[in-house]
Formats: sequence, C-alpha cells, structure tokens
Amino acid sequence: MPIDLEKMLRPVDSQLPGFPAKYMTLANGQEMVIRQVNRDEIPDILPHVEKLMHVERDFYNVVAARVYSELLAYYTYRVQDEYVLAAQIEGELVAVVNGRIVNPDIGMSYHTLSLRRGLRVGAHAFATKMEYHIDILKQKEVLIVAESPIGFRRWMIEYKLEKRFHIPHELGGCPSWALTRELFDRARNTLIVGRRPVPEPLLAKAHAAILPPTDPPKAPEDLLAATRSMLDNTGTALIDMKKQLGGM
Amino acid sequence: MRDVYVAGIGITSFTRLEYPLVEIAAYPGLIALRDSGLKSIDQLYVANMGAGRVNGQTGLASAVVDHLSLTPAGAATIENGPASGASAIKEGFLAVASGFHDVVMVIGAERMREVNALEATDFVATLTHPLAEYIYGVTLPSLAGMFARLYMEKYGVTSRHLGMVAVKNHHNAMENFFAHLHEEISLAGILDSPEASTNNPFVADPLRFYDVCPVSDGGACIILASAEVMKKLNKPMIRLAGIGQATDTHAVHERKDPTDLLAVREAARQAFAMAKVGPKDVDVAELHDAFTILEIAESEEVGFFKKGEGHLALEKGLTALGGKIPINPSGGLKAKGHPVGATGVGQAHEIVLQLRGEARKRQVKNARIGFTCNFGGFGNNVVCCTFIREA
Repeated sequence: MPIDLEKMLRPVDSQLPGFPAKYMTLANGQEMVIRQVNRDEIPDILPHVEKLMHVERDFYNVVAARVYSELLAYYTYRVQDEYVLAAQIEGELVAVVNGRIVNPDIGMSYHTLSLRRGLRVGAHAFATKMEYHIDILKQKEVLIVAESPIGFRRWMIEYKLEKRFHIPHELGGCPSWALTRELFDRARNTLIVGRRPVPEPLLAKAHAAILPPTDPPKAPEDLLAATRSMLDNTGTALIDMKKQLGGM
Repeated sequence: MRDVYVAGIGITSFTRLEYPLVEIAAYPGLIALRDSGLKSIDQLYVANMGAGRVNGQTGLASAVVDHLSLTPAGAATIENGPASGASAIKEGFLAVASGFHDVVMVIGAERMREVNALEATDFVATLTHPLAEYIYGVTLPSLAGMFARLYMEKYGVTSRHLGMVAVKNHHNAMENFFAHLHEEISLAGILDSPEASTNNPFVADPLRFYDVCPVSDGGACIILASAEVMKKLNKPMIRLAGIGQATDTHAVHERKDPTDLLAVREAARQAFAMAKVGPKDVDVAELHDAFTILEIAESEEVGFFKKGEGHLALEKGLTALGGKIPINPSGGLKAKGHPVGATGVGQAHEIVLQLRGEARKRQVKNARIGFTCNFGGFGNNVVCCTFIREA
C-alpha cells in the first residue's frame, strides 16, 4: 500500500480563531492596518523580506533570513499552528510578525520585522501579535526572545517581561522571556492600542495588494569613509596629501 | 579688534556613529580644510562635553590635531556643557580678533551613544547643581518639564504649541541630509489620534517624546580667519560679527522668575550690539531647542517676539521656512540632533550655509544676517552669535 509522505510531513493545524484586523494612527498621521495574511499571500511578501537578508544593520540580515524561512515553512505546511500578521500603510508592507501556538496555554512568538523604521511600526505590530495570543487565542503567556538590542529594549524592558530561562525557545539563542496575561493587561491602552472595525476602504486597500516598502531599511552609509580613505591611525596619509599640495 | 570671518565649514551626520570620537571630530575638520582651501592652521579648539566620562578619553584636542596632521598648531579642548560649541567659537573669535592668530579651527564633537540613553541622560544631568538638584534626581528633561509647565500657566502655551515646534522642525530636517531624524510627524499622529499617547508618551510632564531632542553622535567644524587670510581664499565673506555670553544662577530655583531666561536675553543683547544689528534684522536663526518649549522661550528672549508671544508667532507660521523669521531650518536640536559638545558649532555651520546660499531646499531666501543661540546648563551659561554676509 503506497504511503502519502506529504500526509506524514504536513502537520495538522488546530482550528484557531482568526485575527480580526485592526488599525491605528501613526505619529505621522498615516493609518496602519494590521491583518492576518493567508498562505496564498506569502509569495507576495517573500521578495520584500529577502532584500533585508542583505542589510547588515541592527541584525536585519539575521532576522530577515529567519523570517523568510518561517514564512516559507508556513507556506509549505511545515510548521504546526503558525500564523502571520502583516502591517500595511496604504497597501504598502511595513511590518511582518509571526508566531505559533504551542498548546492552548502557551504561545511562541517568532519574529517582528519592520520594513519601515521609526514611528513605532514594529512596536505596534509586536503589540498586536501579543493581543492575538492573549485576547483572541486566550492564552496564558507568550514565550519571547530578542535577536537585537532594539528588540530587547522594546519587548523585555518596555513590557517588563518575566524570565523563563528554564524553558527553551524554539528559536534558540538567548533564554526565554514571557509576556503573561497580567503583564499584557498592564500594557493595555498604553503599549497595546488600535481600533476596530477597520474602515472598509482602508481594509480593502490592504487586501487589494501587498505593495513593496517604499523606504525599507538600508545598510548605514559609511559616513566617515572620506576621512578613513585619507587618514590612517597616525594621520600619515594626510601628511602625504599635504606634501602633494605643497603644504609642508 | 580685527574682523573675523568664516573661511571653511564641515559637518558629519548627527546620528549614531560607530566610529572613535577622534575620528568623528577629525572628519568635519578635514572637510572644512578642503572647503576653505587652507592647508594649515594656527590653533585648534575642540568643543566637547563628555569624552572623559562617556568615552574614557581626555586631551581630545591633542589627539585630533595629530589625527589631522595639523601639528605643531596649538590645540585645546573646551568644555562648557551643551554650550561648549559656541564657547569654543568665542575663543577662536578672540584669538583671531586680537591678532594673536590668523587661522583658528573650531571643532565640536561628541559621541554620546557609546552609552545607553539612561546613562547619557545621567551624564548630561551632571551639569546641574550637585547638591541642590542632581542628588535629588533632577535631569535636563525634568527641569525642562517644570519650566514648560510654568510657561504654560503664565503665558498660555499649550501642548499643541509644543507639538507645532516638533512638527515644523521634523519637516525642516527632511531636507537636511545630516539630520538625525528624517521622519515627518503630524499633530494628528502625536496629539489628536486615539493612539497619540502611545506614539508620543510623556517623558517629563508636560513634555512628551516628540518634545525632546534625540541623543546623537556627531561633529561639526568652522574655520575662523582674519580678513587678510580671506583675501587669498576667494570664499564668501561671512563675518562673525557679534558674540555674547552670559550666565545665570546654577540652580534654577534660585532665579526670581524661572520662566525668564536672563542669560539668553543678555547674551543675545551683546551679540546684537557687537554686530550693530537688532533682532528685527535677522533673516534666519538657529535656536537651542533641546526641548520644544525652549525654541518658543528663546525666540522671545533674544527679541524676535515679545515675551509670552512666541507661541502666537508660531501659530501664524512666522518661524517656518518662508516665514518672517525662519527658526531652525536645519531641523534644530529637535530633529537635526544634539551631540552636546558639537551643537553650537553645528548651529554656526547651518547659518553659514544659509548665508552662503548653499542650503538647497531649506534655503532661506536672501539670507544676509544669521543668529545662533547655544544654551548651556539649564540656561545658566549661554552663548549667542551673529553672522553677517558682506557683499
């Protein structure tokens, strides 16, 4: 009797309640929609994440590479109970957050990837992910790690997360921290904000297309390249230049 | 005294710079040398506030002069809190005006982001009164918060006015490549929307996140020279026409009326008197808006507007680009950034750009007279400069 290996490889997802889309106004006055994306939308997101795999700044390369693999795994049914939320402004993709449900009580936060820096875009997206776990899925706590100092400040410090160092996180790396329901309630209306229902035109725009980020993170320019090219540590290169100019 | 001119300028981005402090200081010096066409200097002054404490480096000027291969020029470091930059400009001015030197390079540089924001805030707070303020946990944001509250109660300034300063200066910084923050903000986003208190939380009530300048690294340089030197350079004749410096009580609570920034008032008066111009003659100004309330208060104290009416001028758009007296076209400390020791020199850099007509999209039309206010301590040590473009 032939065995359908795909059935063996593909995990059986739980029937989880979906995430109801929400929106919020950013500091620049633009409105950002955060919604759950379906598997068939993942190919529209992947190219934008892929570009960040080459950005050596604030661990974007590491985070983007891992998000890419997680999205691919989600698309090809290789992770059980994973979900993906996308943040969009006027259809433009500005953040991707994802995670997984370990069991009815415990959530596993994977990544928060901002495709536009500033304006608390990533912070709002992370907060929304936590809302999904605690308010929608009714979980008791979410396990979290950070891969960058920015993430550590945003999650561990701002939310005053509790240590769960004895519990391995699925991403490996640094020890686990946890956002509990109590911590979430403390952050409600301060860090966790947003409104529902999303006005129909806003939601329609978000669903119509996942547009590429217009100002994605870039590697920092070598702002002092000019001085580095002319100066070594003792300045002798500049001495040579001055000699050429007749200054010495 | 001899006339003193700006022969060259240079600047780094004000942002997070992952370079040694000496290099942050040297880069604008190198750019300014190239800008001026000069090959040597007589004296270097380096303005810096925190190298000894934050970066573990002392004798900064000695390191920089060698890094730039400008030995055997004289070199000295000037530390005068956040007014270090303009204080160094003053020393450079005196050296050239007196005839002691012909060419003086003034660099301001700071690398604050070597430490985290809390440590940086604490380091700046060490300029407060050690026994009457610092030991009780006073920081510059907390002093500014109390100052803002008093100002609101006395003059009717509102959070909306503070937000308007932030929106204006963030907008100006969008056209400044060297600015720390390239981020448009709106009153809807930072004050009006249901999410505003998350986007723009209180830092020191009534001051919010967008009322406070960022913690920046950066460097800036201007080279001062005598008229004789300038004749050989074929550069625009931007004269440092007036300088004023004044002080006030170290502890803010000892002032008769804490909403009066008497050191700003006096330093500005001196800077205008020396230049033989008045506030009404100024075409463009860079004021020390480490906190949004300070732009409003300083705009009154230097004489642009009557006391208590700075916020009304702001409402009318008089301080915007294209307004009657554009303030902080660079983005100011609020959005351009505030590497404390470099700030005063950075302000001068912007004014010289403006008077040369080289400020591109943020250019103030036909700017001929520019003004800077570098605010040290919490208004206890202030240096103002007046620059004039000669025909």
